[in-house]
Amino acid sequence: MAMTRLFEKTKILESQIDEYLNHASEVGLLLLEAIRDYLSGRQEQFESRRRQVSDLEKHADTLRHDVEHELYVETLIPESRGDVLGILEQTDDVINAAKVSLEQFSVEKPDIPAELVDDFLELADYGNRAVQELVMGIRAYFRTSSSVTDHVHKVAFWEKEADKVGERLKRRIFGMDCDLACRIHRSSFVGHIDGVADQAEDVSERLTISAIKRSI
Amino acid sequence: MGLLLLSSAVLLGWSLGANDAANIFGTAVATRMVRFRTAAIYCGVFVVLGAVISGAGTTKTLGELGAVNALGGSFMVALAAALAVMWMTRAGLPVSVTQAIVGAILGWNVFTGSRTDITALTEIVSSWVICPILAGVFAAAFYLIARKVIEVRPIHLLELDAATRTGLIIAGAFGAYSLGANNIANVMGAFVPAFPARAFELGPVFSLSMKQLLFMLGGFAIAAGAFFHSHRVMMTVGRGLFRLTPVTALVVVLSEAIVLFLFASQSLEGWLASRGLPTIPLVPVSSSQAVIGAIVGIAIVKGGRGVRYAILGKVAAGWAATPLMAALITFVGLFFLQNVFGMMVARPQPYVITEPVLERLSEEGVASMELEGLKGTRYPDAWAFTRALEQRADLDRDQMNTVLEFAERDSFYVDPRLIPSLDRSVLSEEQLRGVESLSYRAFSHEWQFLERLASSSPKWKTEIGKRPEADEPFAVRHVLDTFRVDLSESARGSTRK
Repeated sequence: MAMTRLFEKTKILESQIDEYLNHASEVGLLLLEAIRDYLSGRQEQFESRRRQVSDLEKHADTLRHDVEHELYVETLIPESRGDVLGILEQTDDVINAAKVSLEQFSVEKPDIPAELVDDFLELADYGNRAVQELVMGIRAYFRTSSSVTDHVHKVAFWEKEADKVGERLKRRIFGMDCDLACRIHRSSFVGHIDGVADQAEDVSERLTISAIKRSI
Repeated sequence: MGLLLLSSAVLLGWSLGANDAANIFGTAVATRMVRFRTAAIYCGVFVVLGAVISGAGTTKTLGELGAVNALGGSFMVALAAALAVMWMTRAGLPVSVTQAIVGAILGWNVFTGSRTDITALTEIVSSWVICPILAGVFAAAFYLIARKVIEVRPIHLLELDAATRTGLIIAGAFGAYSLGANNIANVMGAFVPAFPARAFELGPVFSLSMKQLLFMLGGFAIAAGAFFHSHRVMMTVGRGLFRLTPVTALVVVLSEAIVLFLFASQSLEGWLASRGLPTIPLVPVSSSQAVIGAIVGIAIVKGGRGVRYAILGKVAAGWAATPLMAALITFVGLFFLQNVFGMMVARPQPYVITEPVLERLSEEGVASMELEGLKGTRYPDAWAFTRALEQRADLDRDQMNTVLEFAERDSFYVDPRLIPSLDRSVLSEEQLRGVESLSYRAFSHEWQFLERLASSSPKWKTEIGKRPEADEPFAVRHVLDTFRVDLSESARGSTRK
């Protein structure tokens, strides 16, 4: 009887973690689409996506707290609990970074010239890919620790690509003909978007170590 | 008085529970996969079940090593083993209760001049080598299987955790059952020959023999030791000595449980024997040795890293020192018990070659002219008789054992006044009539009594025919105990024991 309850609780927790990872993945996709909307002048769609990201972030927080609570109360996965909760917390930083990035766009309404749109979109795209590979890596960690490295190296790849685009963007911005405040303002948004890929890479480093520790 | 003397067995059982429960549930509790209370309850219940249901096999082997036939002797054997265990534990050396009790029984044999069955001793000592090796082989195999399964069929971390927890509880319960079945002989084995065979009714359909009752008491002592005293040891074994993941902990517990069960299962022994396959001897083995063997087996599969050979060396030293220490304490303790407190530590067991013995030996193929020269001489114990045989006759080991078996002097008188006191729940009407047909008859050897009994009725013939492969049938033991006459009283002409 107790064993059946244990398996039932396990199933519920599994689905909660899956849902949390789904939210993280959606946030990455929404970040890209929201920036596309902003850069295309579709303000209403941008704000709608920004609110979606904010809701997903709140719900993800609730899920994470519930998972943490259950893992401690039921003393589940004692050997891996610290790693799992650490990974989920750091993933929350990725979601937060995306949310903050969009909030900055919404509040500060940067003026992005047409010649920089493609680079911004490319940067957002690489950030999203890094998030998608990270989520796949975390799912792999929960099932087969050996395939985690397949995804982790891709996260690092997209993060490097994002860094390259970010640097290129900043050089172009500071080479433009506008005042310093304008250049600094525009380049800060490069940092916001690039920050998502950076956070994703931080999580992937922790994921690598956790996967090594997980071997029986 | 008997109950007071059982206190040493209770102490030994408590020590066994406190130490060995940790081998079963230690890692599960220390890694918080299973709560201590849950572990202790499962351990207690299944230890008692294992002891009562399956404890007879290993007890028989221990009894063959040395039949401690007086309560005083049983008390000292159990006490010496318990003291040796406690002494070695305080010295920081890992200890095996099995080895302590074997050493103590050998000490009793030496003190009383009783025969040590070399076959039984060889079986027991060889099991000390086979047990860890077998556990290592099982553990390595299970580990490789587990690793392959997890590789091939990706299982969610949480599902694996739940399955491991469930596995640890099931394996732990099996391990506790095997511990009770295999090790109850250590706790109560020395007392079984010293208590008379009787049956106890528990309600209209359920009865327990004296042996099962003793095993139940021993099982409760082990369970109590596990419940009240094993928590600290569990945490030490689980964390301090070896670092195992929950899955490897499950592999270790399962391997240990299987090995202990293999060395205790009479049904498996019977199955193997019926197919002409080599059997596994039914001997008490050390759960600590099995656990260490299993862990080393896994370490070897993983490449041999992480094995702390210094600790292994210390463990081996402990295993060697424990039986020696127990034997020494027994010897000294028996001396004091007998000579200072005047307690009987052994029933006299003389040997004499008579004409019927010579005829019987001839039927067994042991015909020796030199034995004629020993006819009529009474030897006080197995030592003296064996020395005389070695000096006068050229016999191999098997022949020597046969001579010892048939020359063992005992005294039985079928007093018809004792027949009404026989337990009718154990003996059939046919068997009772068989006993009655031997009224007023006296026998100097157990084999004579049993042969006459076997010829008195087909039921007795079947019952007696089961010896010595099976554990001694209760009915046979009951009749022997009822009509046995104390040899010292017999010498004075008394017919009642």
